[in-house]
Amino acid sequence: MKAIETIALTKYYGKSRGVADISLSVEEGDFFGFIGPNGAGKSTTIRTLLGLISPTGGNARIFGTDITGNREQILGQIGYMPSEANFYRTMRVKDVIKLSARFRKKDCSAEAGSLCDRLALDTEKRIDQLSLGNRKKVSIVCALQHNPRLCILDEPTSGLDPLMQREFYSILQEHNARGTTIFLSSHVLSEVQRYCRHAAVIREGRLLLSDSIEKLSHTETKRVTLRGIHTPPALDHMKDIRITDDTVRFLYGGKPEILLKTLAPLPLTDITITEPDLEEIFMHYYQEEETSHDTVEA
Amino acid sequence: MTLLKHELKQGRTALILWTTVIALMLTICILIYPEMAGQMSDVSGMFAEMGSFSAAFGMDRLDFGEFMGFFGVECGNVLGLGGAFFAALSGISLLAKEEKEQTAEFLLTHPISRGKIVAGKLSALLLQVIILNIFVTAVSALSIWGIGESPDRRTLALLFLAYFILQIEIAAICFGISACISRGGPGIGLGMAALFYFLNIIANLTEHAEFLKYITPFGYTESADIITGGCLKMEYVSVGLLLTIAGILTAFFQYCRKDIH
Repeated sequence: MKAIETIALTKYYGKSRGVADISLSVEEGDFFGFIGPNGAGKSTTIRTLLGLISPTGGNARIFGTDITGNREQILGQIGYMPSEANFYRTMRVKDVIKLSARFRKKDCSAEAGSLCDRLALDTEKRIDQLSLGNRKKVSIVCALQHNPRLCILDEPTSGLDPLMQREFYSILQEHNARGTTIFLSSHVLSEVQRYCRHAAVIREGRLLLSDSIEKLSHTETKRVTLRGIHTPPALDHMKDIRITDDTVRFLYGGKPEILLKTLAPLPLTDITITEPDLEEIFMHYYQEEETSHDTVEA
Repeated sequence: MTLLKHELKQGRTALILWTTVIALMLTICILIYPEMAGQMSDVSGMFAEMGSFSAAFGMDRLDFGEFMGFFGVECGNVLGLGGAFFAALSGISLLAKEEKEQTAEFLLTHPISRGKIVAGKLSALLLQVIILNIFVTAVSALSIWGIGESPDRRTLALLFLAYFILQIEIAAICFGISACISRGGPGIGLGMAALFYFLNIIANLTEHAEFLKYITPFGYTESADIITGGCLKMEYVSVGLLLTIAGILTAFFQYCRKDIH
């Protein structure tokens, strides 16, 4: 069963683009990362899935149900954490959480209590007394207290301190282990690489790729760091060369054998050869896209 | 029900404040009447001769020396304007505030259809107007009884009924506008209420502008008409009802299709 399926989903605001031609597929039970820089269209896609805005083209299904005309039924299965955590300012935290549960016609007090404890959230405080991080925690409780089948999170970790981020992800992983599909958007690639099983990349409103994290991370290219030299070695297939003091870093896409032979006579004090992280691959991919765009336009 | 309760809680302070202020001002007006009544016979004649100024407030046709004449004009200004402002402010903010305060992302991502949200908020709006009117009417009746006046009950009831319909109409029109905007609500609401009030004054001043009475709800709350005629002018009320229905339909139609940002 597919938790989310969009077919050529398109949203234009008048003439300005929101997203165009997004075809995305998320299996039930997946932990899915939706990656892209700010303004790429992550929120637009999510808001369309939630029925806050209607698509101008294409369509989308949540658990096989078309999003148009079935909002109420679909939203009943979703927990949503918006990127801006805003609530009724004069209400107390506990009342907001209760209100959310009542809107869902469910008694979620046990789950809500345990979530508040784990996130160290003071439920007696009023919303307008809370920092962004604490409002985010209220959001998390409202998104998860009813044990939704699908949880959609828009930039969930911004504003949370590192300790809370870790606790937050372990909560998500527990829910995921119990069968909840997690769909989160982020521009922090390292957290997506760490926690998600699949990911899609969106840029300027278009989907660039969608695959498993393993496949996305797997590449022939290696990140090579050499210490003790000031100029890059004479090698082909080098990219992204950076030189600082006595360190030379570059991405190498050629044969390992040639790399080692070329490095052997050099007066190196240290050497590391690693898989490049997802971030480097994407940055690289973005840049390539940009260059190819430039060429086309030129 | 959850939404209705929530909205009533959210609007509680504003409702208490407006109800108290309007009831208090009406009470003060009523309580000073006995003191003024003695001097009123002269004043009444003076007002009648002030020409268009008196006409603007319908005072040329009312006897200020009579309690109902006095109350009609005072009531018109206090309950008419006060009630209209309350109705306009409540109506205009109900839907738009969710976007302005960015709580729409919270409310609208719960499993409640847009139609139910509009219905819940509309019920809260109507209920608030009803509560305000019951309270204000009761306090006024008590004050009138307190100063020993016994005006014609039917006329008094008609006056209060007219202002109640006026508030419902303005609330409904503003509610419809509220569904179409996402910011700038209060200004538009107050502007609407004030505009309606002045349209009626203009209509009172010149016969050429009498058609304006069809547009503004203050047309059917004209106390001179109610007190001398003993009934509401149905031709004005029916246009008001149409505008009320139009406002409500607009709210449903627009909000169910609206993109929330």
